[in-house]
Amino acid sequence: MRIVITSKHKFTLSELASLWHYRELGSFLVKRDIKVRYKQTALGGLWAIIQPFFTMVVFSLFFGKMAKVPSDGVPYPVFVYAGLLPWTYFSGALTAASESMVGNANLITKVYFPRAIVPAAAVLSGLLDFLVASTVLAGMMLYFHIGLNPLLPLVIPLTGLTVLCAAGAGFWLSALNVEYRDIRYTIPFVIQLWLFSSPVIYPSSIVPARYQWALALNPMAGVLKAFRAAVLGGQALDWRALGISSGVILLLFVSGFLYFRRMERTFADVI
Amino acid sequence: MSDTIIKVDGLSKKYRLGATHGYKTFRESLVNAVKAPFSKSREREEVWALKDVSFEVKRGEVLGIIGRNGAGKSTLLKILSRITEPTSGRVELRGRVGSLLEVGTGFHPELTGKENVYLYGTILGMRSSEISRKYDEIVAFAELERFMETPVKRYSSGMYMRLAFSVAAHLEPEILLVDEVLAVGDAIFQRKCIKKMQEAASCGRTILFVSHNIPAITSFCGRAILFEGGSVSYAGGVEEAVDKYLGAANAAADRGRIGLKERQDRSGSGAVRLTDFYMLDGAGNRIGEIRSGSTVQLAFEYGSADGRPARNVELQIVVSRYSGDRVFQFGTRFAGRSFAEAPARGRIVCRLKRFPLPPERYRLDAYLVSEAVPADYLQNAAFIDVVDGDFYGSGYQVFEKETPFLVDGDVSLEGAP
Repeated sequence: MRIVITSKHKFTLSELASLWHYRELGSFLVKRDIKVRYKQTALGGLWAIIQPFFTMVVFSLFFGKMAKVPSDGVPYPVFVYAGLLPWTYFSGALTAASESMVGNANLITKVYFPRAIVPAAAVLSGLLDFLVASTVLAGMMLYFHIGLNPLLPLVIPLTGLTVLCAAGAGFWLSALNVEYRDIRYTIPFVIQLWLFSSPVIYPSSIVPARYQWALALNPMAGVLKAFRAAVLGGQALDWRALGISSGVILLLFVSGFLYFRRMERTFADVI
Repeated sequence: MSDTIIKVDGLSKKYRLGATHGYKTFRESLVNAVKAPFSKSREREEVWALKDVSFEVKRGEVLGIIGRNGAGKSTLLKILSRITEPTSGRVELRGRVGSLLEVGTGFHPELTGKENVYLYGTILGMRSSEISRKYDEIVAFAELERFMETPVKRYSSGMYMRLAFSVAAHLEPEILLVDEVLAVGDAIFQRKCIKKMQEAASCGRTILFVSHNIPAITSFCGRAILFEGGSVSYAGGVEEAVDKYLGAANAAADRGRIGLKERQDRSGSGAVRLTDFYMLDGAGNRIGEIRSGSTVQLAFEYGSADGRPARNVELQIVVSRYSGDRVFQFGTRFAGRSFAEAPARGRIVCRLKRFPLPPERYRLDAYLVSEAVPADYLQNAAFIDVVDGDFYGSGYQVFEKETPFLVDGDVSLEGAP
């Protein structure tokens, strides 16, 4: 084994290999985040359900009952929950990833490992909560007599896309956060704006057909729309929107990773 | 193809002063970007933590790295362990590197001892199968068998450090970087640690050992490098390196005789600074050396930077033998004093009764705190010479270096009770 340390850095495939080499550390960081998340809370893992569930109740009251937001022919509560489920995961993962580098500053200044593992682990550790919260969706579908949809297995690649999207945005924000602590204050704001520009509370069908492509430029829009179609059925899957969103997600992920890689060298000095 | 395992070539590292103080904000960056074309030279204070450092280490060598604070030792280890990048130069390592830069980082307080062993082990680069294999050994070494299911936040700091060091000590890299970790735990545990490292060395592992503990360096290392101001000022035999290091420290202390004021090798906020040091006998007359057993007053003059009265001033001193072993510490805290209000310029006097050390030359470190913030820290603020003073009043002398302490006492003979 031969290691050469210089000031010049070129991205090589061997670095991807070294990421793979450190996968075990990644899985330990994920386990740590999961184990620690609900330590010393009375309700423990129930929090994973409580948050999206009560958001669903509140949204159903205000948007479903009072504002009469349309819901593509499905009962509004199950409609909004099917959107909130991936959204809650996404916003939580993005927040955790953005704070992850600063939160692990003591590790970063003392031990070497590929830094990208840190935000990646933060994104992945939210998946357990996502799984737990999805049981509520199953329950609601039983309650509202919504049958199983043949497209349901699509949920798995769609979740994968959500993970990539959170990781891509997370790479950008966590690297920026190391240098500019302004990011910390913009994140809640960004997430709120992002929520309202995504079809979570409302169906994407309220946007005129000729602007659908613009909506899909928001990478989460296409994913959320497809997620709903896969779970609740009743609507054809909008492959075009999903394609556009997937493209944006890929772009976000690759650019985020490269930017993170470029900034990585100075993290220990700046953080 | 020689058996060179570490090759360092022209290594330099530059830090921008102030760059890490406070965070950058977008606004600053924008303002700078706008200003940049108009200001002729952007004046930034730069510091070379390392400058053109080159050396080689052979496989199986134990290399000591010594130097004063800020000489570049830790920066070197940080580059070797790939935590930070050099500004220029090149390092070639032929083997897996393990570093013990600060044990226990990576421990999570909420997790149990066992969980932390695995987490910290993986962070240090061990495979989990490797950790499982060594788990019992690690726990036994730390002597914490009964506490492995307890969250480490309930550990005492000693237990915490023992467990952390124990994990790190079972790392088996070809190259081991060690920075001051031997200051962990009690004396017995420290001896165990040294033994563990000697074992590693005898197994042909290469070790780079940074320490201020001169006895540990001389007993443990085969070769040493002395750092001064970011570059290597000597590389070779341990004895010579240590002599040169102590000589440099000596010169610094000699400068101290001119007045502590001019010394540059200090750290702390500088809000309050030591300006002079001298010794007085019990009656208040200046003395140049201490007689064992006499009363001595160590006087430290200080001044505040802004000329206003200083608040909550504390002074601590550490007296060490010339070779580096600490002998005692003393100061406001130990004497149960606190100075809430102190004049802008003044003098703090430590009065020591029946000075209990035998004739030798000692070093004195001084540490000044104001309002709970380290204000001034001077290593080797002064050297103290102790001469024989008939401590016991019997005329019997404890010779230089015979035993490190003199005790106050009497001996009597009594019949069977």
